[in-house]
Amino acid sequence: MDLTLRVWRQRGPLDEGGFETYQAAGVSGDMSFLELLDVVNEQLVTEGREPIAFDHDCREGICGSCGLMIDGRAHGPRASTATCQLHMREFSDGDTIVVEPWRAAAFPIIRDLVVDRTPFDRIIEAGGYISAPTGSAPEANLIPVPKGTSDTAMDAAACIGCAACVAACPNSAAHLFTAAKVVHLNLLPQGQPERWRRVERMVETMEEYFGSCTSHGECEKACPKDISLDNIAVMNRDYLQAKIRNR
Amino acid sequence: MPPLPAGLPRGGNGPGCGNGRMEAMASTTRERTSKLARIGGVYRTDTGKKYAMATSGVVLLAFVLGHMIGNLHVFEGAHDGVYRIDEYGEGLRSLGEPLFPRTLVLWVFLRLPLTAAFLVHIHAAWSLTRSNKAARGAKYQSPRNYLAANYASRTMRWSGVIVVLFLLWHLADLTIGVEAVNPGFRRGEVYQNLVFSLGRWPVWILYTAAQAALGFHIWHGAWSLFQSLGVNNPRFNRFRRIFANVFSTAVVVGFLSVPLGVALDVVR
Ligand code: HEM
Ligand code: FES
Repeated sequence: MDLTLRVWRQRGPLDEGGFETYQAAGVSGDMSFLELLDVVNEQLVTEGREPIAFDHDCREGICGSCGLMIDGRAHGPRASTATCQLHMREFSDGDTIVVEPWRAAAFPIIRDLVVDRTPFDRIIEAGGYISAPTGSAPEANLIPVPKGTSDTAMDAAACIGCAACVAACPNSAAHLFTAAKVVHLNLLPQGQPERWRRVERMVETMEEYFGSCTSHGECEKACPKDISLDNIAVMNRDYLQAKIRNR
Repeated sequence: MPPLPAGLPRGGNGPGCGNGRMEAMASTTRERTSKLARIGGVYRTDTGKKYAMATSGVVLLAFVLGHMIGNLHVFEGAHDGVYRIDEYGEGLRSLGEPLFPRTLVLWVFLRLPLTAAFLVHIHAAWSLTRSNKAARGAKYQSPRNYLAANYASRTMRWSGVIVVLFLLWHLADLTIGVEAVNPGFRRGEVYQNLVFSLGRWPVWILYTAAQAALGFHIWHGAWSLFQSLGVNNPRFNRFRRIFANVFSTAVVVGFLSVPLGVALDVVR
């Protein structure tokens, strides 16, 4: 199929930036969206022009590096799919596809489609860990965890930190990401020692960079890993408890 | 994802959280502050403002529900020459009599808390809006394709502002009886006042339209408050949306019944 791409190009953080239009001919439906960009980039390089900068790493939906606003939707038209796993068969011949970087005050654009997501690292540093003695892995059945709890924690742990939630949120809130990380650890026995400090510090670090939650639910729809909005309620409750009880 | 388990482990009594030494370390490094100071401090955070927003929202929801039910007295008409709704209004003003002076209970237990709830709600809304705008920074340069955010959720501040403006009119019109707003106003004659006011078609449209704004606002609010307050349980999560649907529909339909009654000449 033949496609027209309108891609955001920006030389650097201070550049104004703007859309540029490219033609991609003979695109196969089996290509991923990132492969499409590779093809366009090869074209650009042959023409002696600057290739489009975009983030990517694993290309199998687990690292969270990729992330583009495609036709006004984070990670494009297919639900529960990261940009690297979005196939071109989702589009039809003759389509014009608009590609923008994630936008949020906390994510300055470095170049073209690449943004700086350091604030997510700050949130993780604030409490996204447990203080377990290291060494060989303990016997798995030593600490019993109820099935429901472990399932929920594992679902929260599926978050790959791609920041689609922030990108999709009208308030640029990072609640879904932070809640996934808080709930994942706060539910499990191993996460209990720092439970209250964790939620307090992670939420407060989050608030330094991001907006507040209006329960629009856009994040949940944008999430390639189907992290549930329920996690946000659990985080809000834990935060309140941490504050009021002064644990 | 499967629903969250009902019995989440809580600190101190969850499974396997016997690391008492670490917990103690965490708490001894904390300042000992009074509970009140801590609750005040929470309001300084955005998450705290959302608690305040939701809590004041609950108070306001209780008010609109009560107000709507009270309005239904209109349909009881008159009894021994006195309109039922006039009696009801008088009942509110004389609550607590003769133990307390007239309108004291109304002021202290209803009007002041309501005003406080409004002020907190509006302050939190204003300050969260600013913080959200700051966090968004640059807008997307191409059109967004929203999937979940709906008209109601994206217009909360506008529907809120419309409700406030309407409220000001409404107080001037039927509570205080400002001459310029309701020249036919006579203190205590609730029924006649509203029939006169709603008999003017622009006012009739105003009252009807304001219910749309209120309806959208509380439809989103009545579900969102559960999220903000962290009221979350897989056993009743699906009822949160249902509650919001039923609650906002009931309030809007109830409120609309009065102008509708006037239009159909049932209330005259
Ligand atoms: C009778 C009047 C009102 C009722 C019953 C009401 C109720 C609510 C409720 C229950 C919420 C949800 C709180 C949450 O998400 O935790 C809410 C949110 C909100 N209210 Fe109101 N409200 C009223 C008036 C107002 C007014 C006068 C404003 C003023 C400007 C306002 C602005 C907002 C905004 C902006 C939100 C969303 C905040 C956010 O999530 O970012 N509301 N309201
Ligand atoms: S490139 Fe790793 S998730 Fe897409």
